[in-house]
Amino acid sequence: MNKRLFFIAPLLVFLVLAGYFAIGLTKDPRKLQNMLTGQPVPEFTLVGLQGRDDTGFKSADLIGDVTLVNVFGSWCVACRVEHPFLMTLKQKNLVPIHAIDWREEDKSAGPLWLKKHGDPYTLAGDDPKSKAAISFGVTGAPETFLVDKKGIVRFKHIGPINQQLWQTTLMPLIALLRKESSS
Amino acid sequence: MRLFICLFMWTLLSALPANAVNPNEILADPGLEARARDISKGLRCLVCQNQSIDDSDASLAKDLRVLVRERITAGDSNDQVVNYVVSRYGDFVLLKPPFNLATLVLWLGPLLLILGGLTAAILFFRKNKKITAPASAPLTEAEKMRVAELMAEDNQ
Repeated sequence: MNKRLFFIAPLLVFLVLAGYFAIGLTKDPRKLQNMLTGQPVPEFTLVGLQGRDDTGFKSADLIGDVTLVNVFGSWCVACRVEHPFLMTLKQKNLVPIHAIDWREEDKSAGPLWLKKHGDPYTLAGDDPKSKAAISFGVTGAPETFLVDKKGIVRFKHIGPINQQLWQTTLMPLIALLRKESSS
Repeated sequence: MRLFICLFMWTLLSALPANAVNPNEILADPGLEARARDISKGLRCLVCQNQSIDDSDASLAKDLRVLVRERITAGDSNDQVVNYVVSRYGDFVLLKPPFNLATLVLWLGPLLLILGGLTAAILFFRKNKKITAPASAPLTEAEKMRVAELMAEDNQ
């Protein structure tokens, strides 16, 4: 047996392992495996927010059109950052955005927040106990799901969506999904 | 004094870690509750990622604990509950990684390394034995005579 190799082998094994770990350290542990993409939206039925004229938000509402489902909360700072861009989408009438108002401790907190900053949502449901959020695999707000005409989740984004993500990913994907048939 | 020491020890021993499970979450049936605790201990809190949902005070962990209890009460088996949560959050939610193709290296790697190390050690020591114990060459006639001389000197 080659004697030199015999002594170098442990060092090589160490270097390979160290390499794997070094790569692992650069990964964001908050970016989880996305379980929902390609799956139909989970079944959920949420009551509407106080003061909005919709009666609630349920999974069946997502069939028929390409939509965004946005998970937000009045307690969520990053949602406040994202909010002006959602208002832009609403004003330009680019895509319907529905909301899951997640984990409000007070029923009026979400509606008040929307009254204060503007309401970009078509439908909105109150989810104080994470019923819908857990079935969507939500880990933090904001999270946004792109749902196609058949009600299948096609894309998920964790964190605020912005102009850049819209230009590079959402807009082209929405244009593509709109060409698909709804049956 | 003895009473004081007893009280002091009792205080120390009763200082168990605070429990994240709120009293109002606990199920009335102790059997079901035990199962819920068992499942919760194996599920990762997605907010504070190195805690189980049983340990974590995060609100999402609380909602997951409630969900686990609701499903158990509805008659789900432990596996069904865990599979549901995995179907939403992926294998990452399990604190103990499952044994599958993606985790093969993780589970079998240490075993391979130990086997490799043992093999290397055995080979190494076998080789060294040969080096440290070489067969001695027979003495030459001159050397034999020298040995006889020295021994004769000693015996005198």
